[in-house]
Amino acid sequence: MVTLAAAPDLIAEGSSLRVREVSKSFAPADGNVAERGEETRALERVTLSVAAGELVSLVGPSGCGKSTLLRLIAGLDAPGAGELWVGPEPITAPSAERGLVFQDPNLFPWLTVRRNIEAGLVARGVLREKRNEVDEFMRLVGLEKFAGAFPHHLSGGMAQRVALARALINHPKVLLLDEPLGALDAFTRMKMQDEVLRLWRARRTTMLLVTHDIDEAIYMSDRIVILTPSPGRIERIIAVDLERPRQRSSPEFLRLRGDILELLHFAGSTAAA
Amino acid sequence: MNATPELIAPPSAAPAPASPSVHSDGTTIPPPAFAKLFRRAPADVAARALPAALGVALIVHRLAAKNELANETQLYTQFLTGLLVAAGLAAVAQIFWTGLRQWLRENCPILAAAILLLGAWETITAGFRWLPMPYFPSPAGVLQSLVNDRALLFDSTWHSLLLLLGGYALGVAVGLVTGICIGWFPFARYWGMPVLKIVGPIPATAWIPLAMVVSPSAIFSAVGLIALAVWFPVTMLTASGISNTRASFLDVARTLGAGRGYLIFRVAIPAAMPSIFIGLFMGLGASFLTLVVAETIGVKSGLGWYVTWAQGWAEYGKVYAALVIMAAFFSTIMTLLFQLRDRVLVWQKGTIKW
Ligand SMILES: Nc1ncnc2c1ncn2[C@@H]1O[C@H](COP(=O)(O)OP(=O)(O)O)[C@@H](O)[C@H]1O
Ligand SMILES: [Mg+2]
Repeated sequence: MVTLAAAPDLIAEGSSLRVREVSKSFAPADGNVAERGEETRALERVTLSVAAGELVSLVGPSGCGKSTLLRLIAGLDAPGAGELWVGPEPITAPSAERGLVFQDPNLFPWLTVRRNIEAGLVARGVLREKRNEVDEFMRLVGLEKFAGAFPHHLSGGMAQRVALARALINHPKVLLLDEPLGALDAFTRMKMQDEVLRLWRARRTTMLLVTHDIDEAIYMSDRIVILTPSPGRIERIIAVDLERPRQRSSPEFLRLRGDILELLHFAGSTAAA
Repeated sequence: MNATPELIAPPSAAPAPASPSVHSDGTTIPPPAFAKLFRRAPADVAARALPAALGVALIVHRLAAKNELANETQLYTQFLTGLLVAAGLAAVAQIFWTGLRQWLRENCPILAAAILLLGAWETITAGFRWLPMPYFPSPAGVLQSLVNDRALLFDSTWHSLLLLLGGYALGVAVGLVTGICIGWFPFARYWGMPVLKIVGPIPATAWIPLAMVVSPSAIFSAVGLIALAVWFPVTMLTASGISNTRASFLDVARTLGAGRGYLIFRVAIPAAMPSIFIGLFMGLGASFLTLVVAETIGVKSGLGWYVTWAQGWAEYGKVYAALVIMAAFFSTIMTLLFQLRDRVLVWQKGTIKW
């Protein structure tokens, strides 16, 4: 439905990402001493490398530490142990180089669609030089008509597209997606999957996608990382060697799907997908 | 998500929420039953209700005025007659003018009721003299006092306005700064919050003895007292709004490259705006109260002073005239603040509940 503006420059924007032996625990929740449980071990010795421009999915039952891992990579939290690197640089703090999109679009309700998309440019103080890019990104996600609308007027899918554009306008080297399509209906979700793939192809951003939906993981990613809960650990990494665009009902697709479901069941999941 | 400001508003938030009648767009959300009642009434019936009410008031006035001096009641006769002519013209004009018809249909019932109330007031005061004089003058007497003393009343209103704006502006400015600091910086919260919690709830008027000793002039102490009265709710609600900023907004902003300035001024403050406005409304209510008391005590000007002064001379017509002016004055300012809020919080339209 949306055509790309001009010829997308196919320069690799992405950066490689390395996670080495990362662990993270959370102190027990506040409460009286007697009720306090043990600390939650959200992640334990997770090691993962993602190549520049790769799209990797994280799949696993709720509470296995997927969001925690993404927050560590974003720099919003610090790991208890281990190291994280983007390209040659260690991760110490949040940065515009690592965009994060949540399941809830978290648009700033007091800003119009256009101002939401501009937010990253304003935050970095480069709005004046890059103002022309705002239009480009609005077109990229097909929202020109809603430039002046406030977020509460948008549908879920539209809001999530604004959130994507807002993250992408900083040309992040890594884009972290935490169940970004989880709240959408099946039809909108499939459309948005294609849009995310299109953005990914156009910008070659490294993407790390958390999802509950195994079909989505197979349809979109180069590799799928399967995590097990308490403590969160990497169970298996599966390469998806299907040709793009992928057919959701091809025999290879379905076989892979069956394998992963079995694996998740074996991993003790209650078929979280 | 915007539920917090409503939840944290303590019952003393009354000044703001309790005045829905002055809500600038109150006409767009009439209570359902009420709206239904008048949607059924044809416009010309509504339009005729107003001249009818004025006619009744005029007759009451003619009868009641027999007991009073002619030169004290003439003005009121003219006032009612003028209104009657205007209402009659409007009743005719609405046949051709749709906008006016709409306006009349919505406002005639309440206006007619107000006119009838004036008639009732005149009946029990000037008419039957059920209420002791001179404490309860008739509306004609009040109008006469208002017009006779207009120069002094205007001057008093002007002084009250200056004092109020000075004190309110100062209180809001300081309150916003302290509120933002307490809401954002943990050390400011640690040191500031106890002070706020202990000093804040003392009514500003309780400081009057101290203010009279400390301050070089009555005006200074009045401005200071009003500012103090405004400062507390503004600080409290600003701080609470800032510290309740949704963490995910701050997280998103950080991953977009935001520094501290952006986080405070472009995320936390806009997010706190609904709460800040509750503070501004509460502060405004407190400032009215403090203004009137401060004027009564030290300052020798303003509406508060005028009321006490007129009472001293037992000129109750003037007392009520000043009260009428005060009502118009305060509710105008309140309406302006409502309009400012509607403008600043457009993004919230639809979720606003008061
Ligand atoms: N801020 C936090 N404080 C305490 N415990 C947390 C916090 N964040 C996450 N956890 C715990 O860490 C575990 C992993 O959480 P999360 O990363 O959100 O899982 P997922 O995204 O895979 O569903 C859960 O048990 C959760 O309760
Ligand atoms: Mg999660």
